[in-house]
This record gives sequence, structure tokens and C-alpha cells, in this order.
Amino acid sequence: MITRYFPADALTKVVASLADERRVLIPVTQPAVKKSVIFAPFSAGMTVELHKASVAPKEAVLPQCETLLTYSKQKDAEDPSKVNLVLDDKPQAQPTIVFGCRPCDARGFAVLDRPYLDGPFIDPYYQARRKQLIVITQTCPSVGTTCFCHWVGSGPNSTTGSDIMLTAIDGGYVLEAVTEKGEALLAGMKLEDGAPFMDKAKTARGTVEAQLAPAPDLTQAQEKIAARFNDNTFWEEQTAQCLSCGACTYMCPTCYCFNITDEGDGVCKAGRRLRTWDTCMSPLFTREASGHNARMSKAQRMKNRISHKFSTYPENWGGEFSCNGCGRCINNCPVNLDIRAIVLAAINEKGA
Amino acid sequence: MSVLAGKELRIVGFLCNWCSYGGADTAGVARATQPTDLRIVRVPCSGRIDPLFILRALLHGADGVLVSGCHPGDCHYAEGNYYARRRLEILKQFLPVLGIDPRRFEYTWISASEGQRWQLAVTKFTQQIHELGAAPAFENAEKLIQIADMALTALRPLGTGQHAALADLKKAIVEKLPELDCVIGWQQSYDAAHSAPLFMRKPEDVEKLVWGPLNVNNLATYLPQYKGKKVGIVVKGCDSRSVTQLLQEGLINRDDVVVFSMPCEGTLDMARINQALGAYQHIDKVAYDEAGVSITADGKEHRFCMVEYAQGKCYSCATPGAVLADVRLGTPTPVTGTPATPPELALLDSMSLSERFAFWHTQMERCIRCYACRNACPMCVCRDYCVAESRDPHWLTQEDTATEKFFFQTIHALHLAGRCTGCGECQRACPVGIPILALRQQIARAVAQTFEGYRPGMNAKATPPLMGFTVEENNIKEKDWNK
Ligand code: SF4
Ligand code: SF4
Ligand code: SF4
Ligand code: SF4
Repeated sequence: MITRYFPADALTKVVASLADERRVLIPVTQPAVKKSVIFAPFSAGMTVELHKASVAPKEAVLPQCETLLTYSKQKDAEDPSKVNLVLDDKPQAQPTIVFGCRPCDARGFAVLDRPYLDGPFIDPYYQARRKQLIVITQTCPSVGTTCFCHWVGSGPNSTTGSDIMLTAIDGGYVLEAVTEKGEALLAGMKLEDGAPFMDKAKTARGTVEAQLAPAPDLTQAQEKIAARFNDNTFWEEQTAQCLSCGACTYMCPTCYCFNITDEGDGVCKAGRRLRTWDTCMSPLFTREASGHNARMSKAQRMKNRISHKFSTYPENWGGEFSCNGCGRCINNCPVNLDIRAIVLAAINEKGA
Repeated sequence: MSVLAGKELRIVGFLCNWCSYGGADTAGVARATQPTDLRIVRVPCSGRIDPLFILRALLHGADGVLVSGCHPGDCHYAEGNYYARRRLEILKQFLPVLGIDPRRFEYTWISASEGQRWQLAVTKFTQQIHELGAAPAFENAEKLIQIADMALTALRPLGTGQHAALADLKKAIVEKLPELDCVIGWQQSYDAAHSAPLFMRKPEDVEKLVWGPLNVNNLATYLPQYKGKKVGIVVKGCDSRSVTQLLQEGLINRDDVVVFSMPCEGTLDMARINQALGAYQHIDKVAYDEAGVSITADGKEHRFCMVEYAQGKCYSCATPGAVLADVRLGTPTPVTGTPATPPELALLDSMSLSERFAFWHTQMERCIRCYACRNACPMCVCRDYCVAESRDPHWLTQEDTATEKFFFQTIHALHLAGRCTGCGECQRACPVGIPILALRQQIARAVAQTFEGYRPGMNAKATPPLMGFTVEENNIKEKDWNK
């Protein structure tokens, strides 16, 4: 696979050159007393700094809000008694690069691909964006206190979901293509060959790998969590802290549920159909039109969240967890609820 | 054609059916010339006017909003306009912090016979709006980044609570536990530098209870969901105000809660702590002394002095001891002096109206609509039935525009008017660090200024100011159209 190298001070320039031709989403630090890092399009004047983002870059394929279709009514020019319905449901997609996400973020794209592209129905909106997406992932320079990627089949150097890996070494960065898409992009970039720097990159990756604490055994998680399905006391105890806000699912790289609402500009006028992120932690998620709610209590909702990630998703998709161990739902939760603790308790495993 | 020179502007009028709509009619029948910018919405009573009607109009393109009802004392439903007067006054004082010129909104009283007064009011108001010009659109606001300076002087020395009678507290909890469903307190969270709520059900759970400056969560948030069950709760001073407020509103029963309290010496601003700690893998040590905490992460020691790293609310805290408690251990340090303006609000105060608009637009853009702010708020009790997600009423769409997100923040702030105790949980909960507390602080200031220093959560027997009225209001002045 093709490799490339560029010196550390060329980072912004390299991103800028990519941004000439497409939208490049980079992690941008939002200044505030409580700083957060959000993926935003690169524009001239920005300096690129590769911090781990507070919110996963799933926005690139599944925006917080997108217009699925717009409609309007227009009088027929020929026959004034006739009104034609004009409908536009063309997906809005543009060539995009996600630059500098982490392996846990990139694996999110792979997790989302299965239900959106590999199931019985293909989501045309998702597909249009995904086709035009290139993911350039930074191998993690360090492990965080809430990181547990290596428990769930990912890791600080995992390539799943990435097209190109970026590794920081002393004085520069090494780029390594993982997919053909990535190779094509790297081939077109006028940068130094990375081969002479690959050893250093491998050492850097190894150092981080070595920092990982031993992972608990989650091989039985799928069955054991399924077996907990009727253990209400368990779920109630584990969920007592939860505020049912949904921050965890919105931050998550693998949560992919959405809601659809129609907004009209008045009767018989134009309108649009919106798709927005939804969260299984909200009571509205399962409230039916009749008023009946299948998951009234937060314990039932948490059971769904944990089971989906560690039991039913793996059941449907070849044993893969739909959790990447990024830890965002732990340190961004207003009550620091720890998903690791719930999973371990559910399968009676001790933490690492 | 407008009687005023130039183009018409978009002015919305909310008029009560009985008096002001009649007054406008009288003016019309008398062929009194009036500007035509006003679009009238007729409502049964000025008491029916939700301040959100006005805010929504202003955020969605109205250049001005005029509300008119029957004169106080003349309400056809006896007292609707007395309540309206208080609400509308607080709204008027709220607008500036949003970046909206308060002169874009007026409320007045006009009876059915006062055609001339109507003519005067509508002419003067339209003139006022034309002088202000078309309202700036929130979506077009420029980018503006400013950060609050959190360094303040506390009303008392802050500390880390290391001399608190934690052992006695644990004993008291164990004693009471048999008659309670659970007792809510704090425990260590995912590492020693973070805490999380603890639900003690068995005596062994009580062992996990911790006390100190990391206990940031306001546990009163959990109480309403236990209504009808007997539970205990450990409180800091500020948390006890939330408990008091919940009692005042009948959202919990006094007989069902046992409040355990110890004097609070301040809590840490976890946002700034986490920022200073940066990315780390392990907490090696957390050492407390009187003045602060030393946290060693991945071999590196970080020092956090309480004077520098406390939560904004702690500097101006006047209630380190609980406002109400059943089990009280220890005596709080006496508080002296008057609290300074909270740092978040002071920042907004220092800006011009257009800067505030720009500031909020820049901040709100990154809101992910997770509603952690709402769900962490102990006083946000509709929760599962919040209007933010309802289709009927349809206050908000799911569009991710800064306007929609900001409008929700104004909804939350207004729904908390006269109820918010300033606990700061909304802001602390926000995962993307939007300084939304300033909005609540401005309303709290307006409430205190208008209603004789009223502070929510101090007295469970008090009448909340927006749930009552006086026939003569000392601090609310009627708009004089002759000026
Ligand atoms: S972020 Fe935390 S409190 Fe909010 S829904 Fe998720 S687990 Fe519950
Ligand atoms: S506001 Fe007062 S009672 Fe609350 S944490 Fe701060 S110092 Fe303690
Ligand atoms: S609005 Fe914010 S500060 Fe006020 S009571 Fe609710 S959470 Fe506390
Ligand atoms: S907590 Fe923050 S991001 Fe979430 S809805 Fe509230 S303001 Fe928006």
C-alpha cells in the first residue's frame, strides 16, 4: 500500500490542499469555559489540531438533520384547474474527507454501513454520502481513561472503516493507505514517500498498543446479555443514575437511529420531510400514536441500548459489537454513567 | 399605505378580545388614522399570552410585538391580566440578554372605549419600531467568541470538606435506611477524579458514599421520580434549595423525603479540571488538603486550588448550609458580603445587543439537541412530555438551525422563571460546553429585582412570584405612551 510523509508543520497545508477539491471535516476546538471538539468543514485561515472530538464524525454520513424531500404545489401552465405536485427527493451529498478522526470513530462508519447498506434495504441518502466519503484516521497517540476500544474488537491502531491511516511520529506524520480509495487519494498527493518513516510509525503505534490494560473477555456477552432480558431488577439498579437525556447516543459513533418529521409552510403550500437523529434513551422513541409506550421506564430503555450494542447487533451482523469503546458516552454523560460497568455486571465479569 | 414614511415593518399585536381588540375596533370605527404595519392576533385574555408567543415571533422575523389587554382591575376573567403583567415584565427584562432590543416589545392596557388611546399606542409603537429599523435575523448573526472569566472572590473561604463528619453521616444513613426505599448520595465514578450519583439501598452501599468538592451533581433531580416512595437524599446547600423548590411546587411530599446535610465548602468546576488534566489514562492519586486538591494523572501532578477552580455558583453561594434538613451534621462557615454578578452573566452584561446575538448564535450552532440541559435540571419536571419534542403544540421543528436550538433555551429559561435556583446543572450537563446558564441567571436577576429580592428555593411556603400578583405592583411601571 502507498505511504506518504509530511513534516509536522505542513499539517494545515496538507489539509488545505485536500480542501481545494472537497469538503474536509476536521476536529475543531470550540472555545468556551468547557471546551468541546466538533467536526467542522476546514476553511482558509484555520489551523489544524488533531484532538479527539467530543462528538463522533457520523455527521459526515448521517447529519444531525437532513431534508429527505421537499414538495411544493404548482399550477399547471396549460390547464389552470390542475395543480401539479413537485417533489424533490434527491440526496444531498458532496465529496467529503473526514480528516483526523480516531480508529473508534472510523469503525463507526463500518458499524453504520451494515444496517444502511448491507441489509434488505439500501438507504439511498446514506449511500450517496458514504460513496463520496474518504476517512483519514489518526492512530491514537495515547489511551484515555474512558477508552476501551480493545475490549470490543477495535484498538488504537485499528484500520476498520478507514481509508488512510495517519500516524504522528517525531517531527512529522506518516500516511498509509488502507483501501483502494485511500490509495487513489494518496497517489495524487504531492508528498514525500512514507516508506523510510514506516518503522518509526510502527514503533509509535506499538508504544500506544503496549499501554493498554488487559481486556476482559466479552466473547459470551451476546448470549449473557440476551439472558438478562427479563431481569428487571438488574436493569433498574444499573440505570438508577440515568437522566434519560440522550447525550450518550448523540455523541456515539455507532448509534444510528433517526426520526422523521414533516414540516409544511401552511396548508397546501410547500413543505419538507426531515430526518433527524433520534435516541432510544428518550421515552418518545417508543411512544406509539395510541399513547401506549413500549418502553415506559428508563431501565427498559437502557436495556435496549446495552442489548442493541452488545447482543442484538452482534446477533444480526456476524458477532460484531456496535460499540467501539470510544468512551464518549462515559465522560460526556452528565452523571458519568459507565457503560463498561453495566456490560461487565451483566456478564458477571470483573473489570480489567 | 403606512402613514409613516418608508416601508412597512412586521409588527405583531396580541390583543385581548374584550378590551383592546374592542379599543382597536373603536379606533377603526372612528376612522382614526393608524399605521398599518400591525398584524393583530386576537386572544381571549392577555393572561392567555404565553411569553413564548412573543419570543417566537421575535426570533422568527417580527420587528416588533405589541401586547395589549384590559386595564388591571378590568379583566373579564377577574385576574388574567395581573398574572400577564408579571410574566410580560419578566419577559421584557429577559430580552436584552438574548441580544434582542427590549424596545421591540411593549405591553399596554387599553379598554374597548379607548379608541384614541389605541391610536396613540399603535402609532407611537410603530414609530418606535421604525426608529429601530428591521430586526436583525438571528441566523445571519456574525461569529463571536468570548469566554467568561471565572475568577471571582468567594463570600467565604472555600475548602474541600475534609473535616466533615462523613462517618457520622454514614451512620445516620444506615440507621434510617430500613424505613427508606434508598438514599441518594455520591460515589467515586470511573476514576478517582470524578464522582457519580450513588443509590444506597443496602448498608454495604453506604460504604461507597463520598463527600468532597467532586460531588457536583445536584441529586434533587432524581426526587420527583420517587414521588409516593420514601427516599433519603444527601444535599449540599444549593441542592437543598432545589429540594425546597420541589416542595413548594408540590412535586414531592415533605413526609416522603429525609434530607441529610453537611456544610458545603465548595465544589470544583469539572469543565476546567478536565481541561487541565487533558488526555490521561490513569489517576494515580487524589490528595486533598484545606485549600484544594492535587490530582496526579499518568505521573503528572496537577494542583487545583478551590479559590481558583470552584464552580461559578460557589463564589457567590450564600447557602453553604442546607435551607432545610432532617439530619444536619456540622456548622457551615459564616457568609459575609453581597454576591457579585455570576461570571457567565457578567460576560453577557459587558456586550452590546448585537454582540450578544452573535455570541449566542456562535454558541448554539454546536448544540446537538441532546436535552441533557433539560434532563439534568431538577426543576424541569415535564420531562417525558416536554414541548421541545411535541407536535401539538408545535413550538419547535427538528431542524438543526441555531434559531430552533436557541428557542429551546429560551423556553427552558422562561419555564424556570421564578423557579430556577441557579444550581447550574443545565450548563454543567451540556456535553458541548454551551454557557446556557447566563439565560437563567438573567431571569433570576429580573425576578429578584422585580419582586423584592425573591430567591427561589429558600422557603417552601412562599408563593412563587409568577404564580401570584398584587393589585398594585411596586416595581412594574406601565408604559406611558405620551412620553
Ligand atoms: S448520557 Fe447518561 S444520563 Fe444521559 S441518557 Fe445517556 S446514560 Fe443516561
Ligand atoms: S453553590 Fe454553595 S452549596 Fe452549592 S456546591 Fe457551591 S458552595 Fe456548595
Ligand atoms: S435552569 Fe439550570 S440553574 Fe436553574 S434550576 Fe434548572 S438546572 Fe439549575
Ligand atoms: S445540553 Fe447542550 S447540546 Fe444538549 S440540548 Fe442542551 S444546550 Fe444543546
